[in-house]
Amino acid sequence: MLDKSKINVGDTHSEVVVEDLKRTQIVQYAGASGDYNPLHSDEIFTTKVVGYPSVFAHGMLSMGLTGKMLTNYVGDASLKKFGVRFTNQVWPGDTLTSKATVMSIREENGETLVDLNIETTNQDDVTVITGSAVALAK
Amino acid sequence: MSKKDMPIEKSHIMMFARSIGDPNPIYYDEDHANDSDVGSIIAPPTFTQASAQFDPDYFLRPKIDGKGWFGSGKEPTGAKKEGSSSGGNGGGAAMGLHAEQHFEYHRPVRPGDILTPETKPGKTWEKDSKRAGKLKFSESVTEFRDQNGELVVTATGVGVQTEKPVEN
Repeated sequence: MLDKSKINVGDTHSEVVVEDLKRTQIVQYAGASGDYNPLHSDEIFTTKVVGYPSVFAHGMLSMGLTGKMLTNYVGDASLKKFGVRFTNQVWPGDTLTSKATVMSIREENGETLVDLNIETTNQDDVTVITGSAVALAK
Repeated sequence: MSKKDMPIEKSHIMMFARSIGDPNPIYYDEDHANDSDVGSIIAPPTFTQASAQFDPDYFLRPKIDGKGWFGSGKEPTGAKKEGSSSGGNGGGAAMGLHAEQHFEYHRPVRPGDILTPETKPGKTWEKDSKRAGKLKFSESVTEFRDQNGELVVTATGVGVQTEKPVEN
């Protein structure tokens, strides 16, 4: 859990959450999540029928990868809220870096809450996720 | 159990954590988890998305007999041509993308929980975009309650139907 005596507004934490994303990991996510949309695993369908250059990651895989950075920073079972917008697709071969920035630290109903801004970018510095989170601190 | 109930199992949590590349032992190592402040294995923050596994009619999973599935087989799409603009060539069904996802956590999800999801439609709106034509957004709010009726996670998803594939 974050320690309020050790964090300040403006602090950042960032991690590379996936390097050279493999199609197989996207398939793993399909199997674990149950979302078998062929857009994520069926190159023939996705390129020939729909017209994308290749399969691409589930938005929720990008969010899951981003969540790993977040829980590594704020600790286990500390999140109160986590929300994102998917601003660009994530493709096989992408390397993603997720960053959390402390926006405010506040007291509410006897709890210390930390508001975080979230951003995940790819290797070309294109933002693929923007979002926010609220975490419990001690 | 209602037909869409999600029984939380530790092996499913382990597989889900692997799929998002998260080696945190709180998601699979019982000894570590039981000795931690959290006190047990818990699920990663986005795990309730896997409730799709427990919806018998989930449209993005092939039916057991494989019939009617729009992914490729002998042909690039298994969807039958019906002369309709929506889904007639299989592309229509795949034009739905995930635009936003928001979670509110009331307590951690733990193995042994049985979560009952209840989904209500939310707002809908439209927007024009240069990259994908007309965008139709629709929101849905799912409340996951546990075996005691207590709220565990509130998940708000926003889907978008694009007029054409997003230009990159």
